[in-house]
Amino acid sequence: MTAVELATLISAALLALGPCAVLAGHRPWVSGAVYSISSALCVGIAALGAAGLFTRTLDSSVALPLGLPWIGSHFQLDALSAFFLVILGIGGSVVSLYGIGYGRHEHDPLRVLAFYPPFLGAMALVLLAADAFTFLMSWEVMSLLSWALVLTHHQKEDTRTAGYVYLVMAGFGAMALLLAFGLLAGSGGLYGFEVMRGVQRTPLMAAVILGLMLLGAGSKAGLAPLHVWLPLAHPAAPSHVSALMSGVMTKVALYGFIRVIFDLLGPSAWWASPAVIILGSLTAVLGILLAMMERDLKRALAYSTIENIGVIFAALGLAMAFRANGMTAAAALAFTAALFHIFNHMVFKSLLFMGAGSVLTATGTRDLDGLGGLIHRMPVTSFVVLVGALAISALPPLNGFASEWLLFQAVLMSPAIPQDALQLMIPAAGGLLALAAALAAAAFVRIYGVGFLGRARSEAARTAVEVDRFSLTAMAVLAGLCVLAGVLPGMVIDAISPVARAVLGGQLPVQGNEAWFKIVPIAEARSSYSGMLVLLFVAFSASGAAWAVHRLASHRVRRSAAWDCGFPDANPITQYSASGFAQPLRRVLGADILGAHESVWMPAPGDKSPARLTVTVDDPIWRTVYSPIGTTVFYVATRMNGLQFLTIRRYLSLVFLVLIVLLVGLMLWA
Amino acid sequence: MGHLAFDIAHLLAGGLLLVSFMMIYQDRMFALLHVFALHALVLSLSVAWQAYNQGAPHLYVTAAIALVFKAGVIPVALRRIVQQLGIHREVETVVGIGVTMLAGIGLSALSIVLMLRVTENADSFAREDLAFALSVVLLGLLMMVTRRNAVSQVVGFMSLENGLILAAAGARGMPLVVEISVAFSVLIAFIVIGVFLFRIRERFDSVDVTALDDYREDHR
Repeated sequence: MTAVELATLISAALLALGPCAVLAGHRPWVSGAVYSISSALCVGIAALGAAGLFTRTLDSSVALPLGLPWIGSHFQLDALSAFFLVILGIGGSVVSLYGIGYGRHEHDPLRVLAFYPPFLGAMALVLLAADAFTFLMSWEVMSLLSWALVLTHHQKEDTRTAGYVYLVMAGFGAMALLLAFGLLAGSGGLYGFEVMRGVQRTPLMAAVILGLMLLGAGSKAGLAPLHVWLPLAHPAAPSHVSALMSGVMTKVALYGFIRVIFDLLGPSAWWASPAVIILGSLTAVLGILLAMMERDLKRALAYSTIENIGVIFAALGLAMAFRANGMTAAAALAFTAALFHIFNHMVFKSLLFMGAGSVLTATGTRDLDGLGGLIHRMPVTSFVVLVGALAISALPPLNGFASEWLLFQAVLMSPAIPQDALQLMIPAAGGLLALAAALAAAAFVRIYGVGFLGRARSEAARTAVEVDRFSLTAMAVLAGLCVLAGVLPGMVIDAISPVARAVLGGQLPVQGNEAWFKIVPIAEARSSYSGMLVLLFVAFSASGAAWAVHRLASHRVRRSAAWDCGFPDANPITQYSASGFAQPLRRVLGADILGAHESVWMPAPGDKSPARLTVTVDDPIWRTVYSPIGTTVFYVATRMNGLQFLTIRRYLSLVFLVLIVLLVGLMLWA
Repeated sequence: MGHLAFDIAHLLAGGLLLVSFMMIYQDRMFALLHVFALHALVLSLSVAWQAYNQGAPHLYVTAAIALVFKAGVIPVALRRIVQQLGIHREVETVVGIGVTMLAGIGLSALSIVLMLRVTENADSFAREDLAFALSVVLLGLLMMVTRRNAVSQVVGFMSLENGLILAAAGARGMPLVVEISVAFSVLIAFIVIGVFLFRIRERFDSVDVTALDDYREDHR
């Protein structure tokens, strides 16, 4: 049995697991069993992907007589699929492990269990698909299943709104994908990926396809201005589903983009790439600014996902720009940075969402202003979330730094590009990305500082207890991966290089032989980075400093009351609040970009009620894009309502007129 | 195929179009039914001529169906309905007859120009036939939208079907099954519409379709 057959079989098993869970009913062991089996199957998927990447047993394909008669379904496993299968396998298995513990708190577990394993299976099929029909079919199944998962807690009004917005966006994205594949079709209307690769296209056609893919894959990944469903849907879903949607499903969307733009479409004109770079950088800044302002823990994480998607799109845009100019090494660098960041984001965003889920289980709230002091009550969770927060803030020696460092190395290659427009634009985009990276650090300092440090702001946070061992193990595995990938980035880069070679025809130099686990993307003289050295330095200097303090100053550990800034009232409300922490950035950047607005209401003299400070922040995209669209649709729909009440003869006349118009059009055109 | 055969086919198809114009011109119900019977007769002649020329015996069946049902049964039945229901014997038009005729001329011109341009590679026999057939279909539709009375809308619909059959007969290779099913669908449509007419009549004392609309407007 070839690898691709095995992978397809595992996907089918995952798809079948959902109905099996429903048949098994409400027995107490069902939840644990389903999550365990899902986890094991995902380990299989990851192993297949990794085997494909490392042993080069790739490019096998299989055709199954499913779907449309005489066309069937085609599946293949090449380097790109294998890499994303690893992403899906690791994310899916760890999140399923977390689900064994987290799923116990679900009121109606079958509402999740029926859809959760098939969701994983559908994502695997998207990655394996080798023709447009299979791809779109799996994509739609994936969308609908995730929609059903978002609606798990459908009793809440917010959840239903989120589900509706998500469904609309998913439908819109699928339509864009359908059109894109329609334009991609090979000669004779064949929809196999193999045929599509061979077709020559005009630059204009390629640009139209790129635009449609930005709409289709971008809406699923969360590219601005199509990101609005993420901050609604991710908090609404159960936390392990959020982890999966944010950590893995957005990556599947990126896979679709890479598959079409880099693989099927081939090199595009250089003027097509700036759109991707600019959209990516702006998405990054907008997403992280919104994350900075958000009080809801899971919403803030969802906004941070938007930022990371922006970073990845910017890297992909860079790769397109380099590739259009034949700079294969630089293109491979940017492409590797993108894939590395995809891997990293899967690891730390899943970790952080699972951490948020643990906090939600322990305290029942996602509001940062109701948390605080969790590091005393939930030490393990707090530690692993700290690792995730450090990694996503791109601090060395963790993995986030390695991929962002590679990205900026690619940005620094831009002076070699011949076009002046790109030469001017890429450093500017690099500036935006650097701003986003800095803001990300600020946002996670805020989340961690307000949520986990300090003193508890609510009774629930004061009495929180640590979560179960399955959840802790799952989070610890991902935290370990953050450290490993950060310290051994060369191994990740070497694992990615078959993908870069298959897609771009070039790769980064082999990193495995460098001393001190250094990575040297271009040349030793130009730049190099060793996470291991940084880790050793941090470890030695920190322990040395601790040793020096204890040795040379005092052995004694002294415990005393914390300094209270001269205020004897030790009410936890006197601590920084989440909104208060964001205030400087809100005033500097928020007023113009986000329309942030503060208003103070003072009671009349003699009135003893407290003064109130109200802060409003809204997503500018809602205001500038979606509200006008909504108003227009409503206006047109109201106008068209008259069509429901015409006479029979008028309906006939309408049909008749349309027929005449079409015939006249045909006459003029033919 | 000789010149004469082509000319006769041309003549019959053109005759069908002419009868369509005559139907538009009628403002009396019975006269309209008579012209409709003539329409079906010309159709059956045209189809029979095609059958003879193409050596396709199954087309004779089509012609026979057209002759028996459309030229015989349906006009007689419609006439009885009109008599039994005491329907107003005048055809009520939406716009004037002259304007409708002008529109019909425009539609015929459109369909002939269009068909001759689109079917450049087809043989001339089928081309002419298709052009006339499209004109007849469009005139049938025109009649449906410019008449207020349900019976004349039914007649418009039937003449539209005649146009379709003319096109099918000229196009060659349309299997008998399809023709029979078309004929039966027309028959069934006729029955349904007949029942429908009785029901409207029972409820509103009129078969003017605006009565239906008035009824619905009350309950909006």
